Amino acid sequence: MPALVVVSHGSHLNPESSRPAHEHARRIRETGAFDTVRTAFWKEQPHFREALRTVSSEEVYLVPLFVSEGYFTEQVIPREFRLEDWDGWDSDGTSAVSATLSAADTGQTVHYCGPVGTHDAMSDVIVRRAESVTGNPDVGDGVGLAVVGHGTERNENSAKAVEYHADRIRARGRFDEVQALFMDEEPEVDDVTDYFASEDGEVRSASGHSSGRDPRDIVVVPLFIADGYHTQEDIPEDMGLTDDYRTGWGTPASVDGHRIWYSGAVGTESLLAEVVVERAVDAGADVGDTLEQLRERGDDAPITSERVSDRHG
Amino acid sequence: MEREPVAALREAAGEGVEYDGLTARLSDGNLHLVVEGAETTVDDDSPDVVPDAFVPYVTNWYYWRETAPQRPAERTFLRWLEGATDDADRATVPDRYDALVDGIARTWGELLITTMLTDEDQRRYQVRHIDDRDVPVSDLQTYDDPDDVDAIARRDDRDRYRPLRTAPTLRTGWVFPALEPDALVEVVGAFYPATIENWYREREGDLDVTHYREAAERQTGRYRSVSELPVEALEWAAEACCVDSQCLKRREWDEDGETELDVPRGEGVFPCREPCSLFVAAAREWTELEREGSRTFEFELTPSEKAQLDDLVDAVAEGRVEEIREADLDEGANRYRARYLRAKRFEDGELPATERGEDS
Ligand code: SF4
Repeated sequence: MPALVVVSHGSHLNPESSRPAHEHARRIRETGAFDTVRTAFWKEQPHFREALRTVSSEEVYLVPLFVSEGYFTEQVIPREFRLEDWDGWDSDGTSAVSATLSAADTGQTVHYCGPVGTHDAMSDVIVRRAESVTGNPDVGDGVGLAVVGHGTERNENSAKAVEYHADRIRARGRFDEVQALFMDEEPEVDDVTDYFASEDGEVRSASGHSSGRDPRDIVVVPLFIADGYHTQEDIPEDMGLTDDYRTGWGTPASVDGHRIWYSGAVGTESLLAEVVVERAVDAGADVGDTLEQLRERGDDAPITSERVSDRHG
Repeated sequence: MEREPVAALREAAGEGVEYDGLTARLSDGNLHLVVEGAETTVDDDSPDVVPDAFVPYVTNWYYWRETAPQRPAERTFLRWLEGATDDADRATVPDRYDALVDGIARTWGELLITTMLTDEDQRRYQVRHIDDRDVPVSDLQTYDDPDDVDAIARRDDRDRYRPLRTAPTLRTGWVFPALEPDALVEVVGAFYPATIENWYREREGDLDVTHYREAAERQTGRYRSVSELPVEALEWAAEACCVDSQCLKRREWDEDGETELDVPRGEGVFPCREPCSLFVAAAREWTELEREGSRTFEFELTPSEKAQLDDLVDAVAEGRVEEIREADLDEGANRYRARYLRAKRFEDGELPATERGEDS
């Protein structure tokens, strides 16, 4: 029976960084779809270099819990896992599916999957995040959605992934408007309200109550795997949800006459476990009814952080 | 005794069994058993009647055959836990069973792992912090799911995040009272990832050590510079991060295959086979800092104040700052003493000093 290894960045400073990997691995482990479900980290343990030797299966599905293709998925992970003859996925930046390679460390057959962040199902996770943060399963009408990414940072694919999902969600016509915004490039998240003009007339609020002449409501979902200083400090301050992240912010918070629902990192949404499994399925894994099992339980609350004070760094 | 172990042994005996001092074979269709100083033939009509002297041997064989994990690393680890590895001082099965009744305890990092015999001659494993060795189970928080380890191991007793799982800062106050073998190896692997596998490789003589220079060459991006760390700085870095007071792994890597570091490797039971990510991140910092040359500074301190600086550095380096009592004014790293020194000697948070030019 094959094994699944969930590959994540981890952190030396932020204890929240590895929680999504641990939590999603736990959910998938409970389904019994794989012989073993392990986590592996760049900054924590087991390190990428040693993870495969803790797995006895001859066949391993390696799924990066990263938001986009780029430096980590294309250089660091293949090098550190010692994937032989790796020369890319033949992807346009958001279309990686998988590559089957041999691991020099253990001789295992490794199906190296594209990152969770560019899988089509991630669009559903973003929408689910919008539902969970507003508490409204039908959120969309009269509401704008902003998907926020880091931006250029070492590769342009990070922006591509954000735009990819914004385009897909926009095409569904569920939200009045959908925007891709970034921390360090245009269009910037700092100016979030500029991208969602208020409208006159009847608009519906994100919480589902019709509310007359309210300005447009905005839901902001960061396409990040874990909560850390970007999602819990920079973005809330940049958007003007709060002057000082330590004092917190309202959900919704009021900015320039708009109400803004700001969710935590999309990677903490429990539904992400399903995307991890989808990645393995696309690479050929036979998982029986695991996806249905996860979907049934996908209504679980998002992974909440243990405490806010740890989110520095 | 139970029928299944005997039935399973009969089935295996066709090909001959030799295990932990037990020999079993079929002669004329009957199960024939030999142990040290005794032999017997089991009556086919009453397979559950096995003379007492043979019972531990049979149940022991059955445990390792049917219940224990088959992966060599895990299996060897479990056998090591109860003193059954092929070392010279290996105990006989009856002696081992006597000891298992009380529990055989071994340490693995800060874990105290006790192997115990159940009524059915199976094993259960108890895991707790070594410092909790004498605490009654009822006073500890009990767990049974390997997935719970992460929540225990993530923070130390002072609630600080532990980025290095093998740092000797594991929190106390918890116990996994009775784990089955598969769960035990999961628990140990969650506290100390990959340690069983690397320990096993080392025992087998094929631990793959990657020395510092080779590991540094592999780095890209923001860690590329670490290959420039001079060897004396590498010594200081290993002394800072890798000694037993900081990390329970035994450092097996050196500068390269020829150049050993002088810093003690440590006494840990499991090896460190290459510089970890925390070490590499620290090395990056030191590589940058080592680009600066030394200078000679002149500043004024009394001899006691100079000694106080020594105390301050030592207290931080040994992690003693929290222990220093509020009013312990004899202690140079006492907060009031430090504030006094700052008030007297510092200006805008800095010790005013005259630079005497760059040293060669
Ligand atoms: S390099 Fe090895 S011995 Fe040194 S701190 Fe890291 S894990 Fe411990």
